[in-house]
Amino acid sequence: MLRFIVRRLLWVVPTIVVVTFMVYCAVRIGWNPVASYERANPRASKAKLQQYRDVNGLYDGLGGYVKGYFQWLGNFVQGPDHWPRSIKGRASVWPPLRYSIFNTLRLAGISAVLGIGIGLTVGTLAARKPGGWFDSIANTTAFFIGAIPPFVSGVVLQLIFAVQLGWLPFAGVYPPGQQGFDLGLMAKHLILPVTVVAMQTISSYSRYMRASLLDVKSSDYVRTARAKGLSESTILFKHGVRNALIPVVTLLGIDIGGLLGGLIITENIFNYPGMGKYFIDAQTKGDFPLLMPYLVIIVISVLLFNLIADVSYAYLDPRIRLD
Amino acid sequence: MGAALLSLRDLRVSFNTPNGVVQAVRGVDLDVAPGEMLGIVGESGSGKSVTFLGLMGLLPSSAKISGSAKVDGVELVGAPNRVMRAIRGQKIAMIFQDPLSALNPVYRVGDQIVEMIQAHQDLDDKAAAVKAVELLDLVGISQPKDRARQYPHEFSGGMRQRVMIAMAIANDPDVLIADEPTTALDVTVQAQILEVIQRIQKEMHKAIVMITHDLGVIARVADRVQVMYAGRIVERASVDNLFAAPTHPYTIGLLHSLPRVGQERLLPIPGRPPNMLRPPEGCAFRARCEHAVPKCAVGLPELRRIGPSETACIRADELSLGVTA
Amino acid sequence: MTDSTDSLAAADAADIDALEALNVSILTPKQLAWRRYWHHKGAAVSTIIMMVLLVIVLAAPWTARYGINAQVAPPPDNVFMEPQKIAWFGTDAIGLDIYSRLIWGVRTSLFIGVASAMLSVVIGTAVGAVAGLRGGKFDDLMMRVTDLFLAFPFLVAVIILREFLGNVGWITAVIGEKTSIKFIIFLFAFFGWMGVSRLVRGQVLALKEREFIEAARAVGASNTRIVISHLLPNAIGPILVALTISVIGAIVGESTLSFFALGPQPGSNSTSLGKLIELSREGARQGNWWLVAFPCGALVLLAICINFIGDGLRDAADSKLDTGV
Repeated sequence: MLRFIVRRLLWVVPTIVVVTFMVYCAVRIGWNPVASYERANPRASKAKLQQYRDVNGLYDGLGGYVKGYFQWLGNFVQGPDHWPRSIKGRASVWPPLRYSIFNTLRLAGISAVLGIGIGLTVGTLAARKPGGWFDSIANTTAFFIGAIPPFVSGVVLQLIFAVQLGWLPFAGVYPPGQQGFDLGLMAKHLILPVTVVAMQTISSYSRYMRASLLDVKSSDYVRTARAKGLSESTILFKHGVRNALIPVVTLLGIDIGGLLGGLIITENIFNYPGMGKYFIDAQTKGDFPLLMPYLVIIVISVLLFNLIADVSYAYLDPRIRLD
Repeated sequence: MGAALLSLRDLRVSFNTPNGVVQAVRGVDLDVAPGEMLGIVGESGSGKSVTFLGLMGLLPSSAKISGSAKVDGVELVGAPNRVMRAIRGQKIAMIFQDPLSALNPVYRVGDQIVEMIQAHQDLDDKAAAVKAVELLDLVGISQPKDRARQYPHEFSGGMRQRVMIAMAIANDPDVLIADEPTTALDVTVQAQILEVIQRIQKEMHKAIVMITHDLGVIARVADRVQVMYAGRIVERASVDNLFAAPTHPYTIGLLHSLPRVGQERLLPIPGRPPNMLRPPEGCAFRARCEHAVPKCAVGLPELRRIGPSETACIRADELSLGVTA
Repeated sequence: MTDSTDSLAAADAADIDALEALNVSILTPKQLAWRRYWHHKGAAVSTIIMMVLLVIVLAAPWTARYGINAQVAPPPDNVFMEPQKIAWFGTDAIGLDIYSRLIWGVRTSLFIGVASAMLSVVIGTAVGAVAGLRGGKFDDLMMRVTDLFLAFPFLVAVIILREFLGNVGWITAVIGEKTSIKFIIFLFAFFGWMGVSRLVRGQVLALKEREFIEAARAVGASNTRIVISHLLPNAIGPILVALTISVIGAIVGESTLSFFALGPQPGSNSTSLGKLIELSREGARQGNWWLVAFPCGALVLLAICINFIGDGLRDAADSKLDTGV
């Protein structure tokens, strides 16, 4: 197992380099960092502009892209102190990025735990009596919720609970002017965004778990378990759920992309200062020094989660051999 | 024959499907005596497996079961789950057709046997593990201690079936139901598995129900045989009589379709088994039977004694089936 | 008896052959698929709703009450009118009728969805068929590239690609400026084809091994011929499902981009569902519920109907459902 992880990690490194190089090229062509610098700083001197180009390695031509990429990469791996600064006001990149990462981790963590937890539970309960009343309600609800895009559920929840009823805050992490940490206020602000993200997760995981568990329940080994005279709960959890989780776990790893995408929308609706908001703000300004670290973190986390999914798959299913 | 250990009376199983009710088993009577090996033979779809899965309560919820099935005097049909759990694995244990899919792929073989033991015996983990290893040894698995720590996919087909057998006998059940235990295996391995099953029957004095479509298996191991067709028993005989003097045209058809030395070609039974959504009136076999007469379409033929056997063919006497053959 | 499992186990236990034999039918596969489709209640209702919507939307010049930029009443009283007689779904910030604009917007969005989905399917089928049939390097490359894109957060990938494609002169010359509807169609087709091609590739790989393809190859049919006359007809079910899913994918995608003001700017003489969804963001803040309810409702209705239709098509393509077990 360890050898597999090390080997995969060694393989991840060149993948990251190749993918981030492609992203680098796409960003340089797509956002034209020089032009957006000039837009952001219309009165910048020629020398300033040249300095910006040099620091960020914004050279022209194919060779220039390669050279510029490696210069950028060199700076990146040396740590945040060496990262080029934002085009606006030469602000450091790392503090706002770190802040947004923590905010996103909080939102994503709570939503994922709730969403996956509820989703798996609902799926399990639904599969206990396929066609029963719970199954019918759960399945239909999951189907309809799954068809609602997050920006729709977001604005609808805002309209109902924040504007019409006034029960919950409309957006943000704290009310304007709030100083310092306040758990209660923070929790209140998190309810709506968490609901939006969790709705999607519950919908997909409950359906996935249901299908997987039904598959397992019709398997011969569950019949064997029943023939042993085991209790229904032992059969359901030890032989049913345990085996049904194997394909669900792989979905978890692959799903990280979907979760991050959903967060971008949710964070922007609720003006929540997470990575998704960071990304949209950075991309609107074409802020090259801000965009690249974000995208690299996305690439790394996607690859990492795929690796985690593979490892846990092998851990859960002894038939899978890693070396 | 002493008092029956397992006795079925008019057992019926039907399935509700979107197309209608499928009558898979239509009134089966049979008795299993202690220590005997009872063969149940029939084509796929004859209801032979469904009968026993049904009495064990292992069929999906679309199955409806009626009639009576008693083990040691305890009624199983309609029994509450608590009773069924005590029966399963302790009074009656099952061996399934495909041991690869019948074992849970994610648990060690030893643990799966331990689970079976602890479901019915008050043994701690350690004692149960020791017992599991003994059982593996008993069914002829070498290095049982190491093998117990392996997963099902690390075993060969024959070895897996031995594991299933070890699991089945773990709680010293009265009756073992072997549902096509050798069908999924290679021919050479089949013989070994049959040997193990036979040894268990003889040494542990177990009643075994051997469900198979293979008359070869029946000839090898069974004491008595019940032939099933379209959800009913059509012939009941000792294994010697069945082969020497079959009394039902269906049994004769089955025997003719067996390869034999000196026989030029096999004679398969023409036609297909009947549609069990609408089982035919009268004898279910008559559409495929060369001896069928209009009388065969009237009333369900009951089993009746003819010579040493029992048959459900109304023309068995006049055709002198079972006397010559 | 037990509260277990579903129909698959029933089939298993009740001896599949017997049940399959029941399915004597004189309907052609096409008729069967048609029947399975309409058997799906959600799909049947959704089809009718979509037909009605389609008629309304295609007849927009007649069904929309006002022109796309017509104000329902003279300013300044015409802004943010609640739903009422002269404006069924209310008005927006500049006094335009939401009902009329929804019809025009859905018209545009359906066009975007269908055009983009068809483009996805054409490209995806071609690439997938070639990859599946030829295998080798091309296949590897295709799988790598699509893996990469599918693992990446969709929205990030779309935004990067939008900027990239929209900033390369010769590309925009072909697919239009990034604010045009044409560009959006191509943008989502670029993502859509990957899913389709993987699906077609999978189908091709599975079918390649089947006898009739080998037979066609044996009589000297060329690859193109095999693909067109054998593989595609067999893969048509899943391709149709992919097509419907791509339609709603592109419609939701357009709305998502519009939500971030990255969608098409079709000019003042046109609108899209996404442009109207943009309104709902401010609408929620200001409590103008009709600006949220109607555009969002329309989008969700489309999503649900198209998903149901996809579900129904999946059923129609699945001939296994007909055994009825």
